[in-house]
Amino acid sequence: MILKGKAWKFGDSISTDHITPGRYFHLRTNLPELAKHVLEDADPDFAKKFSKGDFVVAGLNFGLGSSREHAPQIIKISGLNAVLAKSFARIFFRNAINIGLLVLECDTDKIKQRDEIEINLEKGIIKNLTQKTEIVFKPLPKVMVTILKDKGLVNHIKKHNGFNLT
Amino acid sequence: MKTPKTISEKIISEHTGGKSVIAGEFVVANIDLAMAQDGTGPLTIQEIKKLTKGKLANPKKTIFFIDHSAPSCRKELSNAHKTIREFAKENGAVLSEVGKGVCHQLLVESYVNPGDLVIGADSHTCTSGAIGAFATGMGSTDVAVGMALGKIWLKVPETWKIEISGKLKENVYSKDLILYIIGKIGADGATYKALEFTGSTIQNMSMSERLTLTNMAVEAGAKTGIIETDSKTKNFLKKYGRANRFRHIFSDEGAKFEKVIKIDASIIEPVVSCPDTVDNVQSVRKLKGLKIDQVFIGTCTNGRIEDLRIAARILKKKKRHTNTRLIVIPASQTIYSEALKEGLIKIFVDADAVVLAPGCGPCVGVHEGILADGEICLSTQNRNFKGRMGNPNSKIYLCSPATAAISAIRGEIAIK
Repeated sequence: MILKGKAWKFGDSISTDHITPGRYFHLRTNLPELAKHVLEDADPDFAKKFSKGDFVVAGLNFGLGSSREHAPQIIKISGLNAVLAKSFARIFFRNAINIGLLVLECDTDKIKQRDEIEINLEKGIIKNLTQKTEIVFKPLPKVMVTILKDKGLVNHIKKHNGFNLT
Repeated sequence: MKTPKTISEKIISEHTGGKSVIAGEFVVANIDLAMAQDGTGPLTIQEIKKLTKGKLANPKKTIFFIDHSAPSCRKELSNAHKTIREFAKENGAVLSEVGKGVCHQLLVESYVNPGDLVIGADSHTCTSGAIGAFATGMGSTDVAVGMALGKIWLKVPETWKIEISGKLKENVYSKDLILYIIGKIGADGATYKALEFTGSTIQNMSMSERLTLTNMAVEAGAKTGIIETDSKTKNFLKKYGRANRFRHIFSDEGAKFEKVIKIDASIIEPVVSCPDTVDNVQSVRKLKGLKIDQVFIGTCTNGRIEDLRIAARILKKKKRHTNTRLIVIPASQTIYSEALKEGLIKIFVDADAVVLAPGCGPCVGVHEGILADGEICLSTQNRNFKGRMGNPNSKIYLCSPATAAISAIRGEIAIK
């Protein structure tokens, strides 16, 4: 599968409060509405800027903080293709895979704002089409690849009638 | 000879049908208890319905807590609460109603036992590690799978031994200690790891102080924080009617720790975490004089009876500063009741504090004390991220109940 889109850069330590602000707690049962505020406290106009298929590109420890799965959920339902970051917080990373949102760890310093990015998942290559460079990403553990291929944990369980991971 | 194991390796091994697992392995483990709260519960319920139409693997060990917006402050959340209540009733799950208190405190008071494997759709689920359980926070989907199937996939974490010795100075508390440790490790320094707190300082600590430490393990990125059980754990369980559930949970002699970090508790001063990350730790001395608009004493980190006693001792016969609002919230109904009996609530009210119902209070940014633009809050909670308390144009500093209480009187960050 090949994913193509623009890069939207964010810094280090983007918390789940930046992605899904607590003041929209009441919208957690209305994800399409909540998605209108995606990453609002990191960039108030972000929801107006990106196009479907674009990428969130960040620094260290993306998604730190609360366990709210609504954070990866609204990134996914906004139509963003994936999150690329230097590193991720544990719960966010796991949540993203569980709901079928692609998250990749790589050196994001090589990506500038609005660069055109192309990801070839089978070949394991991220191409920066603007800078004409290639970036390697850290392979996901096998367990996570299986969950992603099955389009999330719930689908995995339903497909195999239980866990089929280890 | 059996391979020596850490607490985490032992507990997870016990939950994989007798398999002997070590750090780094991926396993499917049986869980003893799964919980969600009102923020994560509705999504959890939605996913359970996809899996089993609502049927739960172990209804009596499936708990829904209404604590994040309790009582509800708007109709959307009232409807979310209604969804949770109805689901719990239909499927036999345990419901912890408005006013009972914060999930993590109630888990240790009433539900979690040493040696348990606990998952919760709340990042501070690691709190229960203080009573010798392997407890970790996950998202709604993971917890839905746990509730529906009674199983979860896990990577067995490597353990870091945090060995703490020395006596804390007067006016320095376990909150200062954990903030100091997070300042050292960094907010992502221990990502995926289990932090085992050990050493003479921990042995001398009360359960309340230990719970403050494990509660904040996730703020260093850790999967859990955990502490060997001892006579204090036993007495704690006894207080809540579960003495028979005590087990000695410990890491074996020769167990493999990925890292050992030694901390001298005697050199630590009162500290605060400055905006907007928990690892931005500074000495209170350096911040003395910073004007504050609101002080919040409570939460799963520091809303226990011992915390309220410390705050009450300082606030007794004093008033909060005219320019500084003071909010006090006991972490559970039991604590509220104890505080009433001990006269602490009277002290708070006389100090012009607002005492609110047990729950998360303003910590989550939903209700009960949202900050105005440009305002500063000093809080005993565990997080100070941008917008955490409901307004991205406000700032949050984290501290111990003692620092919070003295600062509330002075109207600025202060030290005794």
